[in-house]
Parts: sequence; C-alpha cells; structure tokens
Amino acid sequence: LCLFVPGGLDCSISFVSRVLGKVCVHGSPKGILSVLVPRLADLTKSDCIWQRICWRLVECVPDRWMEAVVLGFVQRAPGADVLSRLLGNLVVKNKKAQFVVTQKVLLLQYHHTTEVLQNLLGYLSLDSLRRALLIKVLQELLEIWGSSSAVRHSPPEQQQYISKAILICLFHLKEPEIESCRQELLTSMMEGVKCHLDSSLPQIRRLGMIVAESISSKINTDGPVLKFQYEEDDEARELKSLLVQTPPFCVVPSLPDDDRNQKADAALPLVLESNKKSHTAASVMPDEELDAELDSDDDLVPYDMSEDKELKTKAPVYIRECMEVLTGSEDVDKWEATVKALESLVRKNPAATREVSVELAKMLLHLEEKTCMEGFVELRRRAQVAVLTTDPIPVAKYLTSQFYSLNYSLRQRMDILDVLVLAAQELSYPKCHRRTKHSDAPKPCIQLLPGSDSSEDWRRIIDERIKSKTRRFAKGQSQVELASSPNEFNSVAGHFFFPLIQHFDRPLTTFDLLREDHFVLGRLVHTLAILMSLAVNTMAVPAMGKALLELVWALRFHTDSYVRQGLLSCVSSVLLSVPVERLLEDMTEQLLETQSWLGDVVEKDPDGDCRRLALQNLLLMENLKKKLKTLPS
Amino acid sequence: MALPPPDPQFVLRGTAAAVHALHFSCGGQEPDVPLLFSGSENGFIHVWNLRTHRVDTTLDGHGRKSVYSVETMGSKDRLLSQGRDQRICLWDLAEGRTSVTDSVFTDNVGFCRCSLLKVAQERWLMAMAAKALEEVQVLELPSKTSVCTLKPEVGAKLGMPMCLKLWQLSCGSQPLLLAGYEDGSVVLWNLSTGKVLSQLVCHQEPVMSLDFDSEKAKGISGSSEKVLSIWSLNEQQNLQVYKTHKLVNTGISDITIRPDKKILATAGWDHRIRIFGWKKLKPLAVLDYHTATVHCVSFSDHKNPSERLLAAGSKDHRISIWSIYTQT
Repeated sequence: LCLFVPGGLDCSISFVSRVLGKVCVHGSPKGILSVLVPRLADLTKSDCIWQRICWRLVECVPDRWMEAVVLGFVQRAPGADVLSRLLGNLVVKNKKAQFVVTQKVLLLQYHHTTEVLQNLLGYLSLDSLRRALLIKVLQELLEIWGSSSAVRHSPPEQQQYISKAILICLFHLKEPEIESCRQELLTSMMEGVKCHLDSSLPQIRRLGMIVAESISSKINTDGPVLKFQYEEDDEARELKSLLVQTPPFCVVPSLPDDDRNQKADAALPLVLESNKKSHTAASVMPDEELDAELDSDDDLVPYDMSEDKELKTKAPVYIRECMEVLTGSEDVDKWEATVKALESLVRKNPAATREVSVELAKMLLHLEEKTCMEGFVELRRRAQVAVLTTDPIPVAKYLTSQFYSLNYSLRQRMDILDVLVLAAQELSYPKCHRRTKHSDAPKPCIQLLPGSDSSEDWRRIIDERIKSKTRRFAKGQSQVELASSPNEFNSVAGHFFFPLIQHFDRPLTTFDLLREDHFVLGRLVHTLAILMSLAVNTMAVPAMGKALLELVWALRFHTDSYVRQGLLSCVSSVLLSVPVERLLEDMTEQLLETQSWLGDVVEKDPDGDCRRLALQNLLLMENLKKKLKTLPS
Repeated sequence: MALPPPDPQFVLRGTAAAVHALHFSCGGQEPDVPLLFSGSENGFIHVWNLRTHRVDTTLDGHGRKSVYSVETMGSKDRLLSQGRDQRICLWDLAEGRTSVTDSVFTDNVGFCRCSLLKVAQERWLMAMAAKALEEVQVLELPSKTSVCTLKPEVGAKLGMPMCLKLWQLSCGSQPLLLAGYEDGSVVLWNLSTGKVLSQLVCHQEPVMSLDFDSEKAKGISGSSEKVLSIWSLNEQQNLQVYKTHKLVNTGISDITIRPDKKILATAGWDHRIRIFGWKKLKPLAVLDYHTATVHCVSFSDHKNPSERLLAAGSKDHRISIWSIYTQT
C-alpha cells in the first residue's frame, strides 16, 4: 500500500481519490485507512490547505466506491469533529455520500458501534449546512421508531440501534430546532411509546420508555416530564448517557502515532473504570461508618425473629374433635376456625366421616351462626354437601326424613333440598371434573327468592340438555372424549329422590306443602326436576320418571306459577332422562295425559315462562316421536 | 443471617398447675444450691433445685388458693408469698423448716402482686393493694406497721391497682412507689406525703405489669393491648412517655428488666417470651416454647454472669429456663 500522503505531493487528487476508492472497495480498507485517517486528521487539524485537499480527495472518489470510503472514514475517525474536518460538507454536496450517511448507516444497517453513530451524527450537527440533514435524519428515525410494524417485526438489536441514534440526535439538537419541531416530536413520541409498550418483550418496552422519557425531557424543559419505571441496568444507563455526555473520544488529543492512539484509548476506559470504582468505594464507606456508630452501643446480636407472627387459632384435625368444638365449645376463635376447616377435613377423611356421618349431618343442619362470620352459610352448605357425598345413603335418608319432619324452619327445609341437589350434581359428575365443579354451585339453589332467576337456570339446564341431545344424534361425539368413571349417583339416586316425593301430600301441623308452603313446594319440584335430570343413565330412572309424571299430574292445576314452571321442568327432565323405549313402554298413558295438559298450558297459561316451557316440552315430545320413527324397530 | 432462637436450657415439670410466680435465689455461695421458687395455681409453692432440676420442698400455706407472688427477703431462708386466700405469708425455710412465721391479711381479692423493698437491715417496705378498691397500702415488715395508705383523689377513676414497684434511688434516699392502674395510667407516689407526684396515661387498657430502672430513671409497662410503653422520669419527678413499641400479638402478663440493665424480658399471652435490649428497646429474640399464656418471667441473681438464667412460668404447667445473652 502506498504511503504517499506524508510527502507533499503534487499528484492529481482525483487520481488519488480513485485509488483510494478502489482500494477501499476491493482491498482492505482497514489497512490503508488506519494509516491515512490519523495522518489526515493530524494534517488537517491546523492546516486549512490540507483540509481542502482532504475534501477534494473524498469528493473525487467515484460514486461506486463512495460508500466504502465514507464508511471507512466514519468508522475510523476518532471523533465527530475530526470527521467533520476530513469530510467537510461532503454529505451536502454528494448525493451518494448523503445517502450513505443519512439513510444507509442509520436506517438500513445496524451493526455499527455507538461511537460510529456518535461520530456520524456529531458530524452532521457540526455545520449549519448539515444540521438540516440532522433534523431530517431525526424525523426519519422517529418515524421508524414510532411505526408499530417496525416495532413488531424488526429485531431488537436494530431497535436498540435506532433508539441510540435518536438519543444522540436529541443530544445534538439545539433549542430553536427543538422549538420548531416540538409538535412533531410530541406526536411521534406518543405514537412510538404506545407501540413500544404494547410489545411483549421487556427490552423493547424499556427502549420505548427511555426514548420517550428523553424526548419528553427535551421538549418540556420546564414543567412535568414523562417518567417511567423500569429496571436500571447497564444497557439503560448506557442509553441514557448518550443523552448527556459527550463521548470520551473527543477529549483525547489526536496523536500522530497509532500506537499511542491505541494506548490512549485503552487508558481512557481504565481511567473511567477506576473512577467508577473509587466512587462506589466512597459511597460504601459512609454507610459502614453509620452502621458502626449505631452498633457501638449494643453489642447484643438479635436472633432470628422471622417466626414471630400473629397467633392464629389452629383448627382441629379430627372430625370428632370438630364435632365437639361445634357443639360445645365456648372458644369462639376455635369455633370459627373449625367451621372453616370442616369441609376439607370431611373430604380428606372419608372413612372417619362415614362413621359419624348422620350425627355430623344432624349437627350441621342445626348449626346456627355463633359469631358474625363471613360466608358462614356457604361454609355450612359446603360441609353438608361434603358429608352427603362421602356417605350418601344414610345421610340422604336422614335428610329426606327431616324434610318432612316437624319443627324445622322453611330455611332449613330448603337447605336440605339445596344440599341434596348439590351433592347429586357432584356425585353424577366424573371424578376428575369434581374439583373444578366445587366453586360453581348452581345458582338456583343459592337464591333466596324464586323469581325468574331460578327458572332461567332451569331453563338453561333443560335447553342445554335438549341441544346436547339433538346434536349428539346428528353429528355424533363432537366433544372431546372426557375421562369416564362410574356414575356414583347411580346407586343413590333413588335414595335422594323417592323419599322426597313420597309425602308431599301429607300435611303436618307446621308444614303443609299443598297449602301455605307452596314456595317450598316449588323448590321441591325444581329439586326433583334436577335430580331427575342428573339421574340420566341410572337404573332407577324409569321408576323415577313414572313417579314424577304422577306428581305432575296431581299438581298440574297449581295456582303458583313457580310451581308450574317447576312441573314443566320436571316433564322436560323426564323426557330427556328416561330412555325413549321405556317412556313408551311404561308411561304411555301418562305421556298422553301430559301432552294434552301441555297443550292446555301453551294456550291458556297466564305466565309467559310456563307457556314457553310447555312449548319446548311439546317440541321435545315431537322430536322423540320422530326419533322413534327413524329408529329401526 | 440471624441465628434461630435458642431452646430452653431445661424445663421444669411437676407443678401440675399453672405457674403464676417465679423467683430465683442463686446468689448464695457453696454449698448453697441455686434455687428457684415457684407459685402455682393449686396453692403450692415449689422450691426447685437448679442442679438436680427437681423439687426439693413443697410449701402449702395458702389453702389451695392460687399463689401469685413469691419473693425472698434477704436470703433463701426467708420467703414471702401472696395468695388468693387474701393472705401474705412469711416463711422460715432455714435448716429444712417449712413454717409460716407470720402472715398479713390483705383483705383484697385482686391479683395485684405486692412489691418489696429493703430499706435498712431487717427492715422492708411492702406495698400491696388494700381493701378499698383503688387504694394501696404500704407496710413495714417484719413489724407489720402501716407506713401510709395511698388513696387517689376522689374522681380520679384509676380503678384497681394492677402492679406495684417500690424503689429508691440509692440506699437511704426517699422510697417512692410506681403503681399501674386499671385505667392504663402509671402513677408515681411519694410515700412520706402520701401524695401523687406524677401521673401518666400510658395505655388504653389496664397496665398488667411494669418495671423500673432507677439508674436511668426509665421504666416500661405492658398492658392487655399490643403496645409496650416506655416512660422516663425527669428531674422534676414527672413521668413522660419516652417511646412505645408495637407488638405482634396482644397481651403482656409480666415484664422484668435484668439486674445488669442490659436486657429485659416480657411474658406474653401469645405464649411467647420476648427479649429486648433495654437501651433502645431493640427486639432481640422471641422465645417460643410454651403452649399457653406465659404468666411470669424472672431473671436470676447469679454472681457469675455466664451462669445467669431466665425463667418463665406458664399456664401449661411448665417452667422453662433459658440461658440467653449471658456473655455481655
């Protein structure tokens, strides 16, 4: 490589430029430029003529090699001012150079170092002619920064690069320039910050936040600035430093000798580091001293006190203990803790529960709220359901007998019904789904008022069953095959159902379903409907269906619309649960009678819900008839 | 990384009833055995041998009514005990005897522990809750003559005295009484005039226990609420609140400052014993051994600092003995 520069040459500059260009493109730019640039930098420092020579040099480089030369210069120049001296206003005069500097390096490439960016943008800012380019560059950068597709699709490294460039531009901008494009900056910032914060990568979010903060601090020098909360780490600090610090390279005087240059470069980072270290060391010292002062009085070292927490009463861990506490204890804290813990204890100890199930059910049925506890009713109910599902037959027997016994409040009787339904639901669901089903108890049971709410839910259940039935025959199994296990409700459905239906017409002194307690009757009927529908595919279903249709027939003229709705739900559940063949074999007369009644209801019933339900039932019956016709007999 | 709190050095079992009072007597020289006196709810006072960890003697002098205070008078052979049979008994335990030499009928059905102060050779002052609701009576022992009766003024509404502490700045100076009352206030009484020197409302709930450091003129009181109150006595004999410390759980039954004034211990209703530095009330340790309310705590009077012990008596019938911060 020819070292022609040292000598004062009278050769044609353009020739040199061409050589330079060719070398930069085809050869290794590093080699020649590592010598050339520092020499030129030196020479041009004070000597105007050399500056002009340099400018001519680069201006004459043919366009096709301009990029390589310019890039080489930008990369090699130790500072923006040096670059300015070397290139002059090349970017303004030469289109290709302009393109390389303003577009290619900034927008299309992103592998350059921060120093390169600083050099380049600093160069742009150093001359008034070039400042216009700086602003243009900033606008373009902001446009990209604010474009949501760019944020989404460009790699994080490029986004970081662009953010750095923006920050450096901001650093170089002067007050009047900011003033002129304040509005633009603001709009771009708003858009940009939005896209960045939308990103799912924390790095991108943070970049957006830092840039937005910087822009905001620049445009609102007085008044509130945007402030985000993000993790401060090296990257963030580096980015932020671009906004305030001048790069350290500018401070280093250019040395003719390359080695010395390199050493200075190496020395500077070391100096910086040691500064940092001493600073942190200094900051640590005062803390230690402070601590020492505090401790000099007390030489007593505390022990670990992390276990010292508020005292909580422990709930008993045995079922029998729970029963004792709930029936006898005066300790209200323990009582509350027991009530809270009871359901899970019952579920965890099924064997122990079975031993005392009926007593436990009795105790729970009579359990009154002792203290003002949150969720007492729910807790008691869940405990009752747990007991009933653990030991269904005896407890169901107890509960159903109590339903028709003397001296219970209406609330207690309805509790019994609710508990039966909840337990039946739990038992009839496959075990693996049980866990999730706990939390959503069917709404109608919890409702205190009958209202349209509960009938809504009945309707919903029935509608679902209707839909699921028809779909199944049309398409086959469209749902994913769920894990199956034996239906536990099968063996106990009868125990739940028949005792309830047995005595409905036998009045007691305090409880007469057919007269004043028709609200409970309504609830009973709805309960029977649910039990009926849950009993699908069990052995007892046909008998249950028959009994239920008899009940419906007996009560069909009841004046309370809630009761009638319940009866209609019963009919639906019978139609849906009992297999079609059995319906026709065993219950033909009942079906025909029911059908005629349904027709009546559709036409004459004052209650809209009843009419709708009756219509649905008629449709169901039609469907079933059609189904029968299509089945091979 | 702080160490976990230490375990008790040993645990004394065998009282078969809740322990309400504890008092060490370990200052004697060889061949004297270090002793711990404990008063229980079943009316017995047990004398524990701290070498064998067994009961050496059992004293039955309060008709099976709970003993809620025990203190030695000068040596381990003279014991004073207070029980719910409305009596304060003085015992002679020398040479293996276990007899009640004298008793004072307090006529008071409360729980206020009496306070003893030695004023001269063979002369003690004892403050106790008197018959009338709000009064405190100070007797001279062993003569049992009444020194004064401290009556709060009419309308003061202090309630029952809950805890008492007789103290004097130095031997021979004026004895004073600090009394904590049911309404949460601590009152400083002048015994010679029988008048209130200063009154300070420290708590919203009754003051359950208090202790006073006469050197620093600083005291601490605990109540049935969650706050410990530290108050100081200035030159004008006025009580001022110095600081308060919030606890995790409510209820303090007993507070005692170690004789070297470095640490103090509180007995809590939450079954825990808490140790604090006395200088700044820096929490030092939480000793969690008992399974029921801790009724009393007491520091030993060992001459050798490394042998010092802390005892705690609880409703769970156990007395735990701890060796903590003995190096200072």
